[in-house]
Amino acid sequence: MNKCKSIRERLSGNEAVANAMRQINPDVVAAFPITPSTEIPQYFSTFVNNGTVDTEFVPVESEHSAMSACVGASSAGGRVMTATSANGLSLMWEIIYIASSLRLPIVMACVNRAVSGPLNIHNDHSDSMGVRDSGWIQLYSETNQEAYDNMIMANRIAEHVDVHLPLMVCYDGFITSHSIENIELIDDESVKAFVGDYHPEHFLLNRDEPIAMGPLDVQPYLFEHKFQQGYAMKKAKDVILEVSKEFEEMTGRKYGLFEEYKMEDAEMAIVVLNSTAGTAKYTIDRLREKGMKVGLVKPRVYRPFPVYEIANALKNCKAIAVLDKADSLNGAGGPLYTDVTSAMYTSNITSPKVVNYIYGIGGRDVRSTDIEKVYNDLRYIIDTGDMGTPYRYLGLKG
Amino acid sequence: MSNLVEIRWHGRGGQGAKTASLLLADAAFNTGKYIQGFPEYGPERMGAPITAYNRISDEPITIHSNIYEPDYVVVVDESLLESVDVTAGLKENGAIVINTKKEPDEVRGLLKGYNGKVCTIDAKTISIETLGAYFPNTPMLAAIIKVSGIMNEQDFLNDMVDSFKHKFAKKPEVIDGNMEALKRALNEVKGL
Repeated sequence: MNKCKSIRERLSGNEAVANAMRQINPDVVAAFPITPSTEIPQYFSTFVNNGTVDTEFVPVESEHSAMSACVGASSAGGRVMTATSANGLSLMWEIIYIASSLRLPIVMACVNRAVSGPLNIHNDHSDSMGVRDSGWIQLYSETNQEAYDNMIMANRIAEHVDVHLPLMVCYDGFITSHSIENIELIDDESVKAFVGDYHPEHFLLNRDEPIAMGPLDVQPYLFEHKFQQGYAMKKAKDVILEVSKEFEEMTGRKYGLFEEYKMEDAEMAIVVLNSTAGTAKYTIDRLREKGMKVGLVKPRVYRPFPVYEIANALKNCKAIAVLDKADSLNGAGGPLYTDVTSAMYTSNITSPKVVNYIYGIGGRDVRSTDIEKVYNDLRYIIDTGDMGTPYRYLGLKG
Repeated sequence: MSNLVEIRWHGRGGQGAKTASLLLADAAFNTGKYIQGFPEYGPERMGAPITAYNRISDEPITIHSNIYEPDYVVVVDESLLESVDVTAGLKENGAIVINTKKEPDEVRGLLKGYNGKVCTIDAKTISIETLGAYFPNTPMLAAIIKVSGIMNEQDFLNDMVDSFKHKFAKKPEVIDGNMEALKRALNEVKGL
């Protein structure tokens, strides 16, 4: 893989992702506007209008139709992309499952926002967490740079012959989508060469191979098809690592299943997704100056979930806090917490104390002092051996 | 990260405080800095108080929260002094810049005992005389450059003329007025 040209820019997350889509130049984009993802189809429709891309842009009347149009276009053999948030994703729900079960490598930007109700347009992860078991690959992004880079890698992963699954790139609404920050863009030619053309093995518009898509799948078959979906999801882990390796050769930017920050000797670790990981890094640097052995594990690949790898990364910690920006409302803990603790038990790693914090719901700002409080709580757990209640809230008004 | 500068903007919806924060981010970016520019999105409507933020640093910025202990505060609309705690968390070795015709000592009494530097600028008069209308964000942008010293003034002016040429490509007649507004604001800040 040749080195790309790096272009120093400053863009919002949505501008960066719309630019990735411009560089990818998919066959079809179908989308319906919803805050905070609206700018993506808005910018992209300008590229269509200017002739910068030759994409067929389908401005539909709802998200249900947007995902339906994506399924139709992807079944036909096209490379297809879309974007949505929160209630838009909720309205896609029925077709989200159709897309993954038909093994259609549709790529979506999911700009994370709280799902109503009550009505709230701000960031949390209740939207993408709601579809975590729908059979879509989920990549999470701390910054505009990671959102952009994940988008550039998305098609290669989703379309891989061993995978053939839809993929959503998640990043925080407003915090990432609407903030201007530095970014290194990849030159158009390098993106084009990296992403390559899409040649599906089977597709509806292939007149040499007439096929049916989405017929009735009854007792003798559906179970095996679901097994195959699950098998593809397992295989996706290796493909993500392969594509990330090639991406690193092109850009110098290294991506794995998750990022470890100052974990080598960490006694206390936070596990957290997306932009809050950056605030955690800032806080870790300051606490390290005071001699606290603190670290961070930031999952990038949440589906498939890197069970053994993440458990292994955490095995030497004495106390761990998993932060969830979505509550499962099960009276026991958030989705990331459940997955992390399950991964550790499955890997026979049971000595670290692991607690959960629900945080940042509905756009509640997360300060470095909040992160500091979590590490101090972990220090207390280590010092006293008293874990207290594992299901907690961070930044909740008393 | 001792070189990190944090700025908080207070304005009212429609006055361009968000735009000014993005222009400041642009200008600092163009001098090689790492930047963040972001508004605090609320229930936006014309006239409602809004807050926007900048972080500017020589090193990559990882923190992604709002700013609670700013080095500088810019108040685009002086009527906010009565309703918003504009100096909340403002560092005493920092400064506040207020758009008003008044002298710094006349507004200090409204700042809840803030002991740091208080600067004022008559952005309204500058804007009306140079642009023929009330767009306070252009002079306020220059005022914060002056007060914070985050970049060389000539570099700033050179960068802004390029930026205006791009932004106003379809109405180049307004470029001179905007540049004049910036230059006057650099010279007319009081309380330095």
